[in-house]
Amino acid sequence: MDTILTGLQPAFQPDHVKVWFKAAKVSDFPKNGGACVKYKNKQVAVYYFERKDQWYACQNACPHKLEMVLSRGMIGDDKGIPKIACPMHKKTFSLVTGENLNGDLDAISIYPVKIEDNFVYIGFSE
Amino acid sequence: MKTVVVVGNGMVGYKFCEKFVAKASKEAFKLIVFGEEPRPAYDRVHLSEFFQNQDAKALEMAPREWYAEHGIELITNARVSDIHRNSKTITTTADATYTYDYLVLATGSLPFVPPIEGVEKEGVFVYRTIEDLEHMMAYANKLKAVNPDAKAAVLGGGLLGLEAAKAVMDMGLEPHVVEFAQKLMPRQLDIRSSKVLQVKLESLGINIHLNKATNQILGDTAITGMEFGEDDTLDVDMLVISAGIRPRDDLGKTCGLDMGVRGGITVNNKMQTSDPEIYAIGEVALYNHMIYGLVAPGYEMAEVAVSQILGETEVLMSEDIDMSTKLKLIGVDVASFGEPFMPVEKGHSILFENKTKYLYKRINVSHDGKTLLGGILVGDASDYNILHQMYLNGIPLPENAEDLILGTRADGGSVFGSAMDLPDTAQICSCESVSKGAICEVVKSGECNSVNDVISCTKAGTGCGGCKPMVSDLVNETLKSLGKVVKETICEHFEYTRQELFGIIKVKKLQTFNEVLDACGAGDGCETCKPLVASIFASLYNDTANKEDVIQDSNDKFLANIQRNGTYSVVPRIPGGEITPQKLMVLGQVGEKYNLYTKITGGQRIDLFGAQLNDLPAIWKDLIDAGFESGHAYGKSLRTVKSCVGSTWCRYGMDESVSFAIDLENRYKGLRSPHKIKGGVSGCIRECAEARGKDFGVIAVEGGWNLYVCGNGGATPKHAVLLAEQIDNETCIKYLDRFLMYYIRTAAPLMRTAAWLEKLEGGIEQLKAIVIDDSLNLAEELEHDMQGLVDAYECEWKQVIEREELQSRFKHFINSEDRDDNIVFVPMRDQIMPEPWSTN
Ligand code: SRM
Ligand SMILES: Cc1cc2nc3c(=O)[nH]c(=O)nc-3n(C[C@H](O)[C@H](O)[C@H](O)COP(=O)(O)OP(=O)(O)OC[C@H]3O[C@@H](n4cnc5c(N)ncnc54)[C@H](O)[C@@H]3O)c2cc1C
Ligand code: SF4
Ligand code: FES
Repeated sequence: MDTILTGLQPAFQPDHVKVWFKAAKVSDFPKNGGACVKYKNKQVAVYYFERKDQWYACQNACPHKLEMVLSRGMIGDDKGIPKIACPMHKKTFSLVTGENLNGDLDAISIYPVKIEDNFVYIGFSE
Repeated sequence: MKTVVVVGNGMVGYKFCEKFVAKASKEAFKLIVFGEEPRPAYDRVHLSEFFQNQDAKALEMAPREWYAEHGIELITNARVSDIHRNSKTITTTADATYTYDYLVLATGSLPFVPPIEGVEKEGVFVYRTIEDLEHMMAYANKLKAVNPDAKAAVLGGGLLGLEAAKAVMDMGLEPHVVEFAQKLMPRQLDIRSSKVLQVKLESLGINIHLNKATNQILGDTAITGMEFGEDDTLDVDMLVISAGIRPRDDLGKTCGLDMGVRGGITVNNKMQTSDPEIYAIGEVALYNHMIYGLVAPGYEMAEVAVSQILGETEVLMSEDIDMSTKLKLIGVDVASFGEPFMPVEKGHSILFENKTKYLYKRINVSHDGKTLLGGILVGDASDYNILHQMYLNGIPLPENAEDLILGTRADGGSVFGSAMDLPDTAQICSCESVSKGAICEVVKSGECNSVNDVISCTKAGTGCGGCKPMVSDLVNETLKSLGKVVKETICEHFEYTRQELFGIIKVKKLQTFNEVLDACGAGDGCETCKPLVASIFASLYNDTANKEDVIQDSNDKFLANIQRNGTYSVVPRIPGGEITPQKLMVLGQVGEKYNLYTKITGGQRIDLFGAQLNDLPAIWKDLIDAGFESGHAYGKSLRTVKSCVGSTWCRYGMDESVSFAIDLENRYKGLRSPHKIKGGVSGCIRECAEARGKDFGVIAVEGGWNLYVCGNGGATPKHAVLLAEQIDNETCIKYLDRFLMYYIRTAAPLMRTAAWLEKLEGGIEQLKAIVIDDSLNLAEELEHDMQGLVDAYECEWKQVIEREELQSRFKHFINSEDRDDNIVFVPMRDQIMPEPWSTN
């Protein structure tokens, strides 16, 4: 399958990717939902929007209370912007820019995702 | 540039500023405001809300920055001590001097403290400022620490006194109201309505003492009681004085302005005092020989003073001041408008009283039966707004004026017609003087398109808030008349109401969220519409949350409630609260094995907290092996049916409440609904199961069960109302099936039964007609659908542990068996708790 690059945080272009971490098989991930990937001591939430066949990844910690829960939240869109709603208090974040859409919390970090040979890879700068 | 000095930054002083900056150009005037209190003006009318949240900021009329932004110099913590009319200056207690061109006195009033021996004792309070409330709370906490049964009295049974009584009750003190007159709210109520109100208040636990003249406050340094006459005393540990107000008119007195005999600075209909450059507004101003202790007249005075100073001299104070009032907060409706008491020479009264239901309604109509002169409502003031409008606007009465308080007894139609029938001049919001015309106009002009728009643009509804229902009716009706559809649509992805979407999914037999999006939605969906569609699927097919877990609310997705630190709670079902010692031990063992914090819940069952996601299936396996099922504590679904011990053991029991509660809980377990549903069954009217605080409540009486519906505790407590009397078990289940199914079909998302009933056209009578008389010819279908759901029930946790493919979501990482190592527990009273959040 061709490389699908989505979810680019402006400050983090895919050319800065030093490591493409092979996370898990595509089929391990829930459709239209999220799962958490462990990379070194990082926790990364990965989401698959099946209707558009798009993948996004972001930090798993919600900036609101710093709990590791974003992967358990619900995905959706806000006027076309793909977003994640935190399961704790439903703060929502853009999966494109990381920005908090319904408040003024800090933005979350976004990571690029690519699919190769039915595996999900997440890009890290270190 | 001219300088306007405002003395007093209370509600009316603030309103003066607000109106002033809206009209005057910044360049032509300088506004300097002095406030003696430490903070900018706040909403005194809603002062009692401070007890709930202790959030002084939330009460602010405007933040401090607002004054700066509008070029107003606000000097708080500063009292003006003298006015020098010759030099047109004022001085403050800090000896600062300021010059004015116009002076506006808005110094308000102080609570009147009668000269009773001992009023200076510790534990005696007044009720006017945030500081007063803080002191009361601190004192109440001190009292309760040594004596959990501490008592507090309120001196004065007026509008404010009753509010204060509710406040001390909410503080956990035993409340007493002591009133000198022979009735409560003497200015607003007649004897009969006062009696009805008294019975109601007593039923709420507020003790009422009428005809009591207090001679002395007892106690050494702190209050221990009140003495009325010889051998007539009341032991109390705290006292709140609410015996009326006295205008803070000393500034006017010392600089020689004309004063009323009993105080107050005399003003004319331009709000000018005897010195034309000095104005007085609000509770310090004596207009028509009266001090008006309400905000609405104060706001009008502010408007008049602003206009006069800016040269709009035609704006004058109204001749008649409307003193209609509605009591807020206390949990009982009381309102009085126009002439509450009626001299016979003016007209007749129509009265309705039903003490068993704490209802009293009185309207006073002119001799020819054409105009409404005033009235009193106790127990049900839902028609206050419209009656008040009929009175204010002289709207002709219906042929049978009694219909106004009894409701039409003929079929069809309400007595009142619609708010749209009011004349354009009708004042809808009297606090902010917003007319019907003004509200409709901003909608017609396209400036506003929703109730919220209208509220922020006209300010209607921002005062006491009593007119909000009417504002919303007017906005919606106007939008409708413009052909604009007013619909509470679900979200940007579905242009339907929940009820409409329910219909579409049912007719098209849609089965997955994708199918629903394809059929009638847009985009990817969101956290609002996904759980809503999941709930509709559940109501139609009784699918468990396992079928499409990604559209479930987070708690449903993991079949457990997420806790502060990302761990979960485990609540097995314990129907009716009945449990064998054997099963109780299993809960103990499971709690111990997985190191779970264990607590008995308010719903008569046991909650095990602190389970990690990875452990949930194993924990539930242990529980299910021992015969437990999911308690659905996480779902918008049936929670518990609480029971009391009932006739099997209790010496008063009229029927087996436990057996019936278990039957009901087992029948409706797993039933998904717009919001959670709770039930209760009590064995007699002592009501130990608190059934009337539930969405459905059943109480055993002579000859059967009484069935109550649509109550709840929670944020807006409501007692359930009687649906049917003296029915047997079978009938009760039949009615419940119909009621619950109808609610599930028609309620908006996250709307509990009480709010739903409030919205239901025709209210409880309509519900009775549907459920009992089958007026919609739906009963059979509703029962049939419910039976379908009951038959389709499956324990969703059992599904998970029996089907391995459902277990994958109960892992913290998809690519590792590790757990979340950020979770930290700390010890607490021999158990554990999450490490507290560092931020709030
Ligand atoms: C555990 C318990 C408190 C306790 O330690 O006793 C509890 C705990 C929670 N309640 Fe409750 N409520 C509990 C009894 C109650 C009661 C008392 C009762 O049921 O008799 C009430 C008032 C009665 C009522 O509902 O009418 C109550 C009114 C609420 C409300 C307010 C509902 C309302 O209509 O205003 C919420 C918020 C909501 O549902 O939106 C709420 C929400 C919650 C949540 C779910 C908040 C959350 O989302 O995390 C808490 C979850 C705890 C957990 O993880 O299990 N809880 N809650 C009680 C569990 C009962 C049970 O066995 O299932
Ligand atoms: C608990 C409670 C509930 C109420 N409920 C209702 C209700 O439901 N409906 C209703 O219509 N009304 C209600 N009221 C009455 C309403 O709050 C008053 O009518 C309104 O606050 C009057 O406004 P005011 O600006 O005249 O006086 P205030 O709000 O008292 O403001 C006067 C301000 O001037 C300050 N001040 C006084 N002298 C000086 C000085 N020399 N120098 C500087 N500052 C000075 C005072 O400290 C005070 O802050 C309620 C009042 C209370 C206490
Ligand atoms: S009352 Fe509030 S804090 Fe207590 S359990 Fe219920 S929701 Fe949680
Ligand atoms: S912790 Fe995420 S919204 Fe509160």
